[in-house]
Amino acid sequence: MTRTMVELQTRPPAGATPPGPKGRRPVPSRPRLSARLAYLVHRLVMPNAVNRRFAALVERSRVARKLFTAVERVQKEQLFGCRMCGQCALPVSGYSCPMGCPKELRNGPCGGVGPGGACEVYPEQRCVWVVGFERASSQGAAADLRRLQRPVDHRRWGESSWLNYWAGRDDELWTDDDSLHSPPAMGALQ
Amino acid sequence: MSLRDKLAAGEFTITAELSPPRGASAAAMLGRAELLRGWVDAVNITDNQGSHVRLASWAGAVAVQQSGIVEPIMQMTCRDRNRIALQSDLLGAGALGIENLLFMSGDHPKFGDHPGAKPVFDLDSTQLVWTARTLRDEAKLISGKELKPAPRFFLGAVENPFAPPVEYRAQRAAKKIAAGAQFIQTQYVFDLPVFTRWMTELGDLGVLDRCAVLAGVGVIRSVRMLDFLSSGKVPGVQIPEPVVRRLRGVAPEDVGAEGAKIAAEVIATVRQIPGVAGVHLLTAGYEKQTPELLRLAGVDRPSLIEVPSGD
Repeated sequence: MTRTMVELQTRPPAGATPPGPKGRRPVPSRPRLSARLAYLVHRLVMPNAVNRRFAALVERSRVARKLFTAVERVQKEQLFGCRMCGQCALPVSGYSCPMGCPKELRNGPCGGVGPGGACEVYPEQRCVWVVGFERASSQGAAADLRRLQRPVDHRRWGESSWLNYWAGRDDELWTDDDSLHSPPAMGALQ
Repeated sequence: MSLRDKLAAGEFTITAELSPPRGASAAAMLGRAELLRGWVDAVNITDNQGSHVRLASWAGAVAVQQSGIVEPIMQMTCRDRNRIALQSDLLGAGALGIENLLFMSGDHPKFGDHPGAKPVFDLDSTQLVWTARTLRDEAKLISGKELKPAPRFFLGAVENPFAPPVEYRAQRAAKKIAAGAQFIQTQYVFDLPVFTRWMTELGDLGVLDRCAVLAGVGVIRSVRMLDFLSSGKVPGVQIPEPVVRRLRGVAPEDVGAEGAKIAAEVIATVRQIPGVAGVHLLTAGYEKQTPELLRLAGVDRPSLIEVPSGD
């Protein structure tokens, strides 16, 4: 017999879901790269003339671009639980990925963080922003978390965010500072 | 006097939470609003609170507005609508004369009556405040398209000063203020030292002159409610040990009275903290006892002194 809509909706929850990559569902992930190392690498990969030219070169060939994106995917999946949103917030989130937050919050933690820093949706995991705040603070970068993050462009999923970052397509993703002195413009989002 | 004017004038302001019913009539909700008439300056109309389906917050806000009982604050979460629907509903609210808005991320669907629902969270709460300000101040959608006429919004946000990372909470509130929040309502204040420190940090950030803070106040009415709130199962709610001990120290039938006493003490104390503009009563379902609570807290409602209490 077919179950009714109501029966389907109200069936008991599937139980505690184990953390880990489950399709593209956002689940908090513990960064595997130490904060110190992440910020060291950060200095190397910040946009400059060299990697800008490199990005342009890679983007000239579809195969090179695909290959590069695949390498980025594997690296960042392993290190940060990356889901390939294509607009990486790691440089200003203590290298703890906000897209692992079940609410995908880009501007800091929700109000439901448990007393010990547990995620409210997956209590066995720590809140990505609690982890990000600790990591950023430990490297003297806590002020980064005061920047305002603009909304994600959902067409960019699957793209290489390194290429986007180097090519300058991510320049508007966050404000330069806390914007308390001048109201920031949202800017036009297509 | 409207909520906006009252806060601008620096008068002690009281808001309360009112939750829409699960049903296609706002009548019962208006009955509860009636009990608050004259005692509170505005009521928050919740948006499917706890991820449980209820009558839409915009409809509840319109019903309350039209009743003339009290001014509504329409709550809006990021959980159920993408940026297209959110902006469209903001324009709709503006057209229907709803100006007070309160934005929050919203509880995850997991906690509600439709745990299998798709969590949307296209914008986050800071971005939603920012969006509403863009509509109002730039007369533009966030796509850059112009709109006419622009809405006249009064923008609010929420913060939980007690959730980790506690050292970051004032900065997070400041982000929402930078995005456009003109008032902030907080989660239940039971831990006064932590709340006071958070207020000091907001003062240090220099944002208290452009944003009014309303401290969240709750009443623990029974042993059952105490057990529930201190179980750690309610997202974002923590009851400090001394409060739990104090309530456990009285006879079970007296917990309600003791809970009201604690709430009244919280109101009287936060009133003295520089920068606190008022209180937000998180006491949905407690409307009948609200006047008594406010009397206990020594809050004047001069317009009501002449009104017979009826009992």
